[in-house]
Amino acid sequence: MLIKQLSVFLENKPGTLEEALKILKQAGINIEALSLADTSEFGLLRVIVDDPDKAKAAMKAAGYTSSLNEVISAPLRQEVGSLSGIIQKISSAGINVEYMYASSSSTSGASMIIKTSDPARAMEIISML
Amino acid sequence: MIWNETKECMSRDEIANLQGKRLHSQISRVYHNVEFYRKKMQQLGIEPGDIQTIDDIVKLPFTTYEDLRDNYPYGLLAVPRTEIVRVQASSGTTGKPKLLCYTRKDIDIWSECVARAMTMAGLTRDDILQVGYGYGLFTGGLGAHYGAENLGAMVIPMSTGNTQKLITMMIDCEVTAIACTPSYLLHVAEALEAQGLVDKIKLKYAICGAEPWTDAMRDQIEKRLHIKAFDIYGLTEIMGPGVACDCEYRKGLHIYEDHFYPEIIHPETLEQLPHGELGELCITTLTKEGMPLIRYRTRDLTSLEYGKCDCGRTMARIQRFRGRSDDMLVIRGVNVFPSQVEHALLTVAGTTPNYFITVDRVNNNDTFDVAIEVEERFFSDEVRVLEKLRSDVEAAIHQVVGIKAKVKLVEPNTLPHSEGKTKHVEDKRKLV
Repeated sequence: MLIKQLSVFLENKPGTLEEALKILKQAGINIEALSLADTSEFGLLRVIVDDPDKAKAAMKAAGYTSSLNEVISAPLRQEVGSLSGIIQKISSAGINVEYMYASSSSTSGASMIIKTSDPARAMEIISML
Repeated sequence: MIWNETKECMSRDEIANLQGKRLHSQISRVYHNVEFYRKKMQQLGIEPGDIQTIDDIVKLPFTTYEDLRDNYPYGLLAVPRTEIVRVQASSGTTGKPKLLCYTRKDIDIWSECVARAMTMAGLTRDDILQVGYGYGLFTGGLGAHYGAENLGAMVIPMSTGNTQKLITMMIDCEVTAIACTPSYLLHVAEALEAQGLVDKIKLKYAICGAEPWTDAMRDQIEKRLHIKAFDIYGLTEIMGPGVACDCEYRKGLHIYEDHFYPEIIHPETLEQLPHGELGELCITTLTKEGMPLIRYRTRDLTSLEYGKCDCGRTMARIQRFRGRSDDMLVIRGVNVFPSQVEHALLTVAGTTPNYFITVDRVNNNDTFDVAIEVEERFFSDEVRVLEKLRSDVEAAIHQVVGIKAKVKLVEPNTLPHSEGKTKHVEDKRKLV
C-alpha cells in the first residue's frame, strides 16, 4: 500500500539524531520503521510513524526541515525470491527505485519500504503480483 | 634606480601645479564627452571653468562602482568607441561585470606605471620575469606583462594554474623576478621546498599584489625564498596593478600622483580629510582617456603620508590598508561581494535562503565556505536531489563570482540570522 513517510534533514554530527528522536518521543509518536541516509556532511532521517501529520507538525514546530513523501509498503513473504520478484516488476516497467529499507512489525510481519520515481504506478504493478 | 625621476621626484608645488592643470583638462573632457558626468556636475551647478586648481576637486561629485555597473558597458566612455584598443573587466556586485576601456595612450601610461613599480623593486632590463597572474579579463597578467616589456625585461607569461611548469622554467630559464599573488608565491615556495629546489633558483625579487597580505607573509616569502618582496597596489577600475607600489624603505606604497590623484575622505560625511588621517581612499584619474573616473570611491580604508621618502621619491605613500568601507572580500585575489553569493542562491533556489560565508586562510590558501540553511521549499527526501542542489549552488557561485566556494547544507536556524544590519560573513584571516 501507499503510505506517508516523514523525511527530516539532519546535519552529520553527534547529537542531531538524538535530538530529532526526542522531539518525536515528546509528541507521542511511535516509529514503525526507520532509515538513515548519510553523506559526509548531512543525513536524511526517514521514518514510518503511526501519525505522520502530527509528526511533521512536531518537527516543524521544533524548527526542522522535513517533508512527507509517498512511499510503498510492500509485504514480504518469508521465501526465496520474494523481494527480487517485486523489484524486477518495478524495474521492468521502467520505474526507478530511489531507495528502500526494511520494516518489520509483530502484527503485520516483514515489509519493504520502497521509494520509486512513480509511486502510484509502482503500487499498481506490485498489487498485480 | 628611479624609472622617471622628473615625475617621481617633483616638489610638492610642482606636483600640485601639474595635478591642477591635468584635472582642469580632464574635467573639461568628461563634461563635454560623458553625459553621466555632465548631468552630475549640472545638478551641482558646476562648470569646467570652476575647476582650476587641484584643491577645487572637492567641488566635484563622487563616482562609485554602482555607477560603473549602471553605465555598463560603454556609458562612461569619454572617447569614441573606435579609440578603445583594450577592455579588462572585474566581476561586479551582482551578475554583470565591470568593464573598463583603455585607449592606446591609457595602455602606455599603465605600462609606464608598472615599469616605475618594477624599477622601484630593483628590476632592470637585465631581469627575467615570470608573470604568475592570470591573463585575460583580470588586469594582473597583461598589466604586469606590458609593464615589464616596457622596462625591457624578458617576460615569461606563465599565467596561473601550472605550478610545476612554473618551477621548471624558473630554474631552467634562470628567472630573477616573479609577479603573482603573495599566497600563490607561498604555494610555490612550499612546492620548491618539498622538492628540495630552493637552492636551485636564481630568484631575487617578487612583486606581489591583487590581495591583502600581512608583514608576516612578506617575512615568510623573503626568508623561505631568500628574495625581496614588494607590495604592488591597483584596482581594475582605475587601471590595474601599478597604481602604487612600495620601495625598499617600506614606508607605504608610492602612488603615481601625476596620473592618479588620491584623497582620503570620511566614508559617511564624504568630506575630504586632512593629510595623515584614516579614511576611504578616493582616486581621480588625471590622464586616463578611455574611461576617466572622477573621485572614484575605492572603499579601501587607509591614510596617506606626504613628504620625501628616503628613496628620493616625493609621491604620496598609501599606508597600511585597514579594511573596507563596504562588505567586499578579496578571496584568492578576486573581489567577492556577499550580494554575488545571494544572486547565485537566487538563481538556483528561487529565493535567498539564510546563508553564511566563512573565509579563512589555511596553509596560505584562502578558503571560501558558504553554508546554506535547508528550507522545505527545496528540501527532498532523496540524497541525490540535495547533492545536486549543493553542486548547483557551487556552480552558480563559481559562475557569478569567478572562484569556487565549498557549499555546505545545514539545518535551519543554525546560522546567525539578520538582526538589523545582516551579518552574513566572517573573515577569519585577520589581515588588518
